[in-house]
Amino acid sequence: MARKGDVVINIEKCKGCEVCLSACPEQVLALSNEVNAKGYHYAVKVNSNCIGCANCAVVCPDAVITVYREKPARKK
Amino acid sequence: MSESNIINPENLVYDKTSVMTDRVLHYCPGCGHGTAHRMLAEAIDDLGIQGDTIGVAPVGCSVLAYYYFDVDMQQAAHGRAPAVATGIKRTMPEKYVFTYQGDGDLAAIGTAETIHACNRGENILIVFINNGIYGMTGGQMAPTTLEGMKSSTSPRGRDIQSMGNPLKITELVAQLPGTYYVTRHSVQKPANARKAKRALKKALEYQKENKGTCLVEIVANCPSGWKMTPAQSNQWMEENMFPFYPLGDIKVPSE
Ligand SMILES: Cc1ncc(C[n+]2csc(CCOP(=O)(O)OP(=O)(O)O)c2C)c(N)n1
Ligand code: SF4
Ligand code: SF4
Ligand code: SF4
Repeated sequence: MARKGDVVINIEKCKGCEVCLSACPEQVLALSNEVNAKGYHYAVKVNSNCIGCANCAVVCPDAVITVYREKPARKK
Repeated sequence: MSESNIINPENLVYDKTSVMTDRVLHYCPGCGHGTAHRMLAEAIDDLGIQGDTIGVAPVGCSVLAYYYFDVDMQQAAHGRAPAVATGIKRTMPEKYVFTYQGDGDLAAIGTAETIHACNRGENILIVFINNGIYGMTGGQMAPTTLEGMKSSTSPRGRDIQSMGNPLKITELVAQLPGTYYVTRHSVQKPANARKAKRALKKALEYQKENKGTCLVEIVANCPSGWKMTPAQSNQWMEENMFPFYPLGDIKVPSE
């Protein structure tokens, strides 16, 4: 099974460009209904299928996303 | 979605490189400049040369690049970045010197500086952001504007007969004996961005060997100038820019 990952989205920096959305192989990301202080709809997680591939963070022009991935399970 | 226990420093796999400052970028939403900056910054970070790198910012949307790269930076008059970089590199040959320039800067007003720096084989890295338009000033036609492409000064599309041909300056400088490594990339998709970073890293490594000018073109979107959403602009770029400006190596060192 793929390792599980998670992302932290710095919503105040997000410009709602949606570039990360199509980069995600697991459809984890969508835009919020609310807007941030600058008036942008920001990226949010909509499921917990993240695999920590970092695709979203790599293409985000504004470096909004930080990615975490659990360590491989240790062999007994 | 709630925060999971996966989020802890031990599991960190991707964070903004410290070669970029924490300033909020002034670029439009979805603009390729931001990702291009970060790929270059990551290349500098990976090579551990942050303290030995000097960048030259252009005139254009990326005029403020010196706010974003946490390395020594100089800003040059429009198109003159390769000349300024020449001076910096010649006085401090041990430093890694790059320019970061748009297509209006590099391929219009700066054509002479670009060609002569490349022909002299200055040991600098030229990062060339080609979005086919003058972004900063309101989307005017650039030498790189495609045939039929609309801009604020070619509202019915570029007409070759009256406006001339789009200029492939990257292919042009690849012909010059002074260039060592010339390649074209993009940053709109994860695989493209990662490849662009590898190319930038390679180009910086070559600088150590004093082999000549390296030029890395990044074909980029300008959603505001093209009057498209970021997603539309990336698709338009893939369908229209890439056929004319094909991605890949144009000149590689014959080792
Ligand atoms: C000597 C001079 N001429 C003209 C200008 C106006 N000007 C500012 S930016 C620019 C074009 C920038 O376009 P490009 O290099 O493609 O960069 P982009 O904004 O698209 O990133 C021009 C013509 C200037 N600042 N200085
Ligand atoms: S890290 Fe990968 S799987 Fe997780 S949200 Fe980003 S793109 Fe999707
Ligand atoms: S790519 Fe970055 S700025 Fe654009 S919507 Fe996603 S997180 Fe926000
Ligand atoms: S005008 Fe174009 S190149 Fe300039 S920041 Fe906006 S999208 Fe980017």
